[in-house]
Order: sequence, then C-alpha cells, then structure tokens
Amino acid sequence: MITLQSVNVGFNGRPVLEDVSLQLQEQRVGVIGLNGSGKSTFARLLNGLQLPDAGAVSVDGFDSRKDGRKVRRRVGFVFQNPDNQIVYPTVREDMSFGLKNLKYPKQDIEQRIEKALSLYGIDHLADRLTHQLSGGEKQLVALVGVLIMQPEYIVLDEPTTLLDLRNKRRLMSIVRELGQRIIMITHDLDLLSEFDRVLCFHDGKLLADGTPEIVIEKYLNTCDK
Amino acid sequence: MMNTKDIVYIALFAALMAGLGFVPAITIPSIGVPVTAQSLGIMLAGGILGAKRGALSIVLFLVLVAVGLPLLAGGRGGLGVFSGASGGFLLGWIAAAYAVGYIVEKYWNKLNIISAAGACILGGVVLLYAIGIPWVTVAASIPFMKALMGSLAFIPGDLIKAVFASAVIVAVKNQYPLISK
Amino acid sequence: MISLYYPATSPVHKLAAGIKVLLLLILGTVLFQVEQIEILVGVAVLVVSLYGVAKIPFKLAFGQLRPALYLLAIVFIAQIFISDLETAIFVVLRFAILILAASLVTLTTMMSDMIAALEKGLSLFQRWIPVAKVSLALSLTIRFIPVIGVITQEVREAQRVRGMERNLFAIFMPTIIRTLKMGTEIAEALDARSFDAEDEISTGKSKK
Ligand SMILES: Nc1ncnc2c1ncn2[C@@H]1O[C@H](COP(=O)(O)OP(=O)(O)O)[C@@H](O)[C@H]1O
Ligand SMILES: [Mg+2]
Repeated sequence: MITLQSVNVGFNGRPVLEDVSLQLQEQRVGVIGLNGSGKSTFARLLNGLQLPDAGAVSVDGFDSRKDGRKVRRRVGFVFQNPDNQIVYPTVREDMSFGLKNLKYPKQDIEQRIEKALSLYGIDHLADRLTHQLSGGEKQLVALVGVLIMQPEYIVLDEPTTLLDLRNKRRLMSIVRELGQRIIMITHDLDLLSEFDRVLCFHDGKLLADGTPEIVIEKYLNTCDK
Repeated sequence: MMNTKDIVYIALFAALMAGLGFVPAITIPSIGVPVTAQSLGIMLAGGILGAKRGALSIVLFLVLVAVGLPLLAGGRGGLGVFSGASGGFLLGWIAAAYAVGYIVEKYWNKLNIISAAGACILGGVVLLYAIGIPWVTVAASIPFMKALMGSLAFIPGDLIKAVFASAVIVAVKNQYPLISK
Repeated sequence: MISLYYPATSPVHKLAAGIKVLLLLILGTVLFQVEQIEILVGVAVLVVSLYGVAKIPFKLAFGQLRPALYLLAIVFIAQIFISDLETAIFVVLRFAILILAASLVTLTTMMSDMIAALEKGLSLFQRWIPVAKVSLALSLTIRFIPVIGVITQEVREAQRVRGMERNLFAIFMPTIIRTLKMGTEIAEALDARSFDAEDEISTGKSKK
C-alpha cells in the first residue's frame, strides 16, 4: 500500500502540490489533470524521485525520505520519453542495467533477461541497437527494462503520449495483463474505463477521486471550459 | 562527490564532443591548417560543466577514441592518434578543459563575455599550446622555436573559437546553469 | 556505432585485448630508448608483418598512416635542415612504427573487448576509481552520440525554417540546452532503476 500524508511540494516558493493525503491499494489507478496540474510531481513522489517538502510518503511501510532505496526498489517508473530511459547501446545490455544495480549474479541476470525478452515478446529486438528502434519499440523496451526488476508497483507517466494508435494498443495490452499494481498518468481518458480508481489533480490539489465515470465527468465539467 | 546527474552530464558532453567531430573542418587555404570544432568543445566542456566534470568528460571522450571509435575530426581514432606528434595536444585537452572550468568557476557570480573569453583563451589556447608544443618538440626532436612557429597558424582560429565559446558559456549560464557557487 | 575494428580470424585478433595494450605500452617506452636505426628497421618489419598475420589489407594499413602524413612530412623536412637525413629517417620511422602498432591493436580488437579489458584494468584500482560509474558513463556516451546527432539535426531544420541555419550560435544554444535538459531526465531514469543502490552495497555503508 502507498500512503501520502498531507504532502506538500513547492518549487521556488510556488506550491505545486498542496495537502495531498490518500492511500493507494487498488490494482489499477489512473491519474488525470491539465498540464502543470502536478501529476508528474505526484508520480515522482511515489518512488522517491521527489521528496515531500512537508508530510510523508510511504510504500509498504517504508518512508520515502528514510528508506529511499527500498521505496525505489518497490516502485518501478516508466517515463513519457523512452529515449531518455534507455541507457545502453543494445536492448540486451539495457535489460541488464537494473539487474546489475540490484546485484544479481551474472548468470542469473542472463537467465532473467532471456525469460523477460520472450515473456513480453521482444526477443527479436534483443541485439538491436536501441537508437534504431521505433518509438513504440523503445517504449516497450523501457517498460520491460523496469518490469525485469520485478517491482511491486509500476508508475507510468504518460507512457502512450508519443506513440501511434497501434503501439498504444500494444503497450496497453501488456499493461493490462501485468500482475503488478499500476498507477498510470494519461490524457487518454478512454484507456481508463476499466481502471479501479481515478485521481484528478487540478492546480496542485486533488479535485476528484473515485470511479472512472465519476472522476472523468468531474474533470470534463471543471477543466473543459 | 559525483552523483548520477554528474555522471550523465559528463557522458553527454563526451557525446557532444563526438558530435563536434562530425562538423567538417574548415581549412585555412594559405597554410593548409585545418580548424576543427572539437577544440571549441574543450572550452565548452570546462565552461559549462566546470573544472572537474568538464575535464572528466574529455577524459571519457579520449578513452572512447583510444578504444577504437573514430570520433576525432576527420574520422580518426584508435590508439594510433596518441602516439603521433600531436598526441600532446589531445592529452592537453584534459588540462585545458579543467583550466577553463576552474577560471569560469572563480568568476562565476560575475561571469561575463570578457571573463569567459579570458578563461577560454588562457585554458583553451595558452595552456593547451604550453603542453602540446613541448610534446611535439620532444617527440619529433624539433627545436622549440620551430614547433612554436609551426603552431602559430592555428592561433587566429583558436581566438575566434574562444570568443564564440565564451558567448555560449555565458548564455548557458543564464538559461541552464550547472555550476553552483 | 561504427568502430575501426577489422573482423578476421588471426592470432593477433585472438590475443587478449589487455595483453595487446600492455605490449603496445612497452613498445612505446622501449622505442624511445633505441638509438640504432637497424633495430628500428627490424621492429618496423616485424610490425608490418604482423599486419600480414592479422590479414589486414595493405590499403587499410596504409590508411592508418595517412592522417599523420602531413605532420610526418613536416617533421622529416625540419629534421633534414636541423640535423641530417639519417636522423630525419630515424625520427619519422619511429613515429610510423608507433602509429602502425597502435592502429594494429585497434584494428584487431573489438570495442566491447577493449572496454571490458579497460574495466578489468580499472578494477585493480577499485579503491580509487568507481568502476561501475565509469562503465556506465562509457555506455551512456556511446548510446547518446546518435541521439545528439538527431537533436542537432532537428535544431538545424528548425533554424533553417527561420533562415538561421548559418548562424552557429542559433544552432549550438538550443542543441546544448536540449541536451542538458535531457540529461536531467536521464539521471532520474537511472535513479528510478536503482542506480543509486550501487554505492551502498559496494562500500558497505550508505552516505548522508
Ligand atoms: N523541477 C522543477 N522545478 C521547478 N518547477 C517545477 C519542477 N517540476 C515541476 N515544476 C512545476 O510544477 C508544476 C507541476 O508540474 P508537473 O507535476 O510536471 O505537472 P503535470 O505533470 O501535471 O503536467 C508546473 O507548473 C511545473 O512548471
Ligand atoms: Mg507531466
């Protein structure tokens, strides 16, 4: 369970998130809101990339301020731009990055990579140069690079924004099948219809929180003017 | 200490250096001296990242050249480039980037185009030649003065680069400062 | 990423990268102690025949020297004036050998092997050099050279539309700023994948 307790975040004296308190334990949580409403800041709080100025964030009982590494280990993060997440020249090498950081033995790493590549259907990309992949392939590689570390939660910050329709479907079909708990930020309201819960941020505050229909309606009424 | 961001900036600047290698060299016709963009990269690395990170990014770049990537202007690379007479200039790049960065850091709060240009000229031209020329002298057993005269042809191009680099350094400081003082 | 590696099967190719570099360092040191030209000629013949053993075509071998020819010519002429023909030949020959020998190592060693050897060498100095960080930096650079190429291309196209493609400042600034912004995001992505877990384990205690 992820818990936020009266969290406040500001940049240069300007509040960006104000007094956010909530508990996340659903399988799939969507996050919506206008640009600049604080969604990414919220997402980054969840795995300790951003620490709260006031209040506290904890993941399965670990405080993000004190146990940053444990929190990061539990919460995987997929960013909007896959180009900035792929750090090695080939797909296979990139897969090994997170596993090396977790100090798995070499042989174990190789096995896990083979398993993950075939599980998510990207074996054919294994030895390709990452910069020659298409945008959709890159985002898949970025996602698998996180999944291979077996986090308990996966935060996705607008993962489909740069993808075309087909790649968007492909990515979502994988996300839908995942056993991990998902927290996904998106502007694609259609993608959220089967989510268990949706949060809507507006000007750094939690505007609405509940089932997709209710929250999306409130979002459209408040923000689409 | 080096944090993740520092490592990334160092790596990205090494990659930028490589990018500058693809900029075609302009050859000054009368003397046949090629003016390359990479010595500009040295000044930028120091002036934008500061002494330590700037110098390390050049080290990283040169290591990649040494292991066989053809990243120097004109597609040169490999260990061979260090054993030539100009090897001293390549190693001098490291010290030059450090020096430019060091001076820029010193003047950081009141950095302007003049002090930045001063840093680029002192570190990226004067110090660089102070290392490169004795190397040529020793490696090729040429008298110092001869080597010095031979290098003079590069000076005008280097001065232009220093002025350009300082304009970029000051502009980056205003838009995206990475040196904190 | 293109590299200078020339693929072939030969004893020279098979020799471990670390050994090759070590031999090269020794050669470089010894060569400057030699004073008889006969020895130098002998070494030159040896190095050239190693190119034969490594099955490297003559054109490619000569291509290694070409970028240095201009400088070697100057050195040669200068030496004739300063001392004599024999010294001129001696000095230029020494350079040619060093360049050829170094290029031979480069041509016969895959970049990944070279980097692996480098990391192995560095790990001897583990206490002073953060090997994992160095190795990450090497990979990042290779990974992002093409990305920066793409950024530069995009900036140039954007500036061409505004008629500024000849304005170097207008090309450099956006390219650098975009690269630095990208760097911030890359650093976050690295940390999100537990890169910072590194120092805790290797030093046995966490910082802060
Ligand atoms: N590192 C930062 N420094 C300064 N301001 C920031 C930083 N990160 C975010 N902000 C500001 O915080 C606000 C919320 O940003 P963000 O959480 O990225 O919104 P969203 O993802 O919903 O578009 C924006 O106004 C943004 O400019
Ligand atoms: Mg965002």
